[in-house]
Amino acid sequence: MGLRDTLTPAGLRKPARPGEGNGDGASPLIEKAKEAPVDLVGWVDERTGASPFLTGLLFRKVPKGTNWFYTLGSATLFAFVLQAITGVFLAMFYVPSPTEAYDSITHITDEVFLGAFVRGLHIWGATLMVIVIFIHMGRVFFFGAYKYPRELNWVIGVVLLILTMVMGLTGYLLPFDQRSYWATVVAMNITASGPVLGPYLADFLRAGADVGETTLPRFYAIHMLLVPGLMIALIGAHLYLVVKLGTTAPPWLRAETKPKSLREEQV
Amino acid sequence: MADAADKHAPGAPDEPVKPDPPGYFKGESMTRRNAFIALGQAFGGVAGVAIALPVVGFAIAPIFEGPDETWQGVGAPDDFVPETYRQAVITEVSGMGEAGKTTVYVRRGSPDVDEDPEEFVAISTRCAHLGCPVRFYPSAGSFICPCHGGIYDFEGRVTGGPPVRPLDRFQTRIRAGQVEIGPRFSVTSQLEPVRTRDPAAFTGGVWEYLYPPRPTTPPAP
Repeated sequence: MGLRDTLTPAGLRKPARPGEGNGDGASPLIEKAKEAPVDLVGWVDERTGASPFLTGLLFRKVPKGTNWFYTLGSATLFAFVLQAITGVFLAMFYVPSPTEAYDSITHITDEVFLGAFVRGLHIWGATLMVIVIFIHMGRVFFFGAYKYPRELNWVIGVVLLILTMVMGLTGYLLPFDQRSYWATVVAMNITASGPVLGPYLADFLRAGADVGETTLPRFYAIHMLLVPGLMIALIGAHLYLVVKLGTTAPPWLRAETKPKSLREEQV
Repeated sequence: MADAADKHAPGAPDEPVKPDPPGYFKGESMTRRNAFIALGQAFGGVAGVAIALPVVGFAIAPIFEGPDETWQGVGAPDDFVPETYRQAVITEVSGMGEAGKTTVYVRRGSPDVDEDPEEFVAISTRCAHLGCPVRFYPSAGSFICPCHGGIYDFEGRVTGGPPVRPLDRFQTRIRAGQVEIGPRFSVTSQLEPVRTRDPAAFTGGVWEYLYPPRPTTPPAP
């Protein structure tokens, strides 16, 4: 039984001829066991109606000329998933307290099995995500893929870019070493340098007039709860619109015209 | 208009008369359905506000908490001379261990610049550009910031780089034979004390009005 048969819901498959079972001469019990995954998929499909949705998602048509540049969005998604997964495991060992954060980071790096590797993935993954998100943005810009009817998806993408920057800012403080601390002091004071409202915005971010004991837990909560939640929701909307609207052909491909048929119509 | 009025008139030939909805009574101002929609939305709104108000209050409350006024001893008066600064370490933000401590440069008032020798001058190391820690170089007689190259003279006035005002100072007093460091204050370019501002905030000129001090900051000495 091939993969195609497995994926086809039971109701849509060609039935076996009477008396021949599945046609491979196996005993009824083995046949039943072989049917089990198909039946399970069919059972879920019957109750969710998911297969037309999944077929539309996975086998949708893409324009001619689609090339490697079109994988940059997926690359960004991969970077996000990498950050989410490594972040979950870092959170198991990290302590968001000004007096303990640095020690917990050195514990992760020096003592936890593969801790330095996972932390390294998270650090370099953050850089990777910023790089690929910009290349992805450049691809969309230079291919003109932001034009009607995809303007809303561009706007969502820009919000996702800003949220990625917020992740970078809030994540940078978490190791709570000298570089983290002073980089955050400078970033907060840049925020505070805005006229009239600037100081209050900075006050909200650092939870007071100085980078204090509430700042680090606040950044941690923003970094691992608030912004990831928003990003997951917006990535969902972004992907929905990509599938709904389809992708654009590269700009160097012109729309196919059929001179012959055009002439016929003109006549 | 006349057309529409005709259509809704009872007994219009092309539209059958609709039966009254359940619970209808003559003279009602709102259908039962609309009343329930309004009620449901009102409940939803109350629930939303009940969640949002405390959460927002919780998030922004720390803004309104002013710092406690603390005075910390840094040494006997005889430890300090008018000619140069001595470093002292005070805790500026409590509850965060070493990270809450900061260096302060302290000296006696210098008669050379019209200061009272019995007064003490405590200069904050927080750069008036973006808050990096400046350091005093006795050989140059200047404070220099490592981040973006702000330079200040012996009294903390800007002599180069991006800072917009002189270095902040701390109030000083003598208690029980100790020089004590008190609340922070900012100064104008003429070294007039004003209420403390954030780094990058102006303390003079028209720009000053764009950077009003926080309500929670202590008054200038």
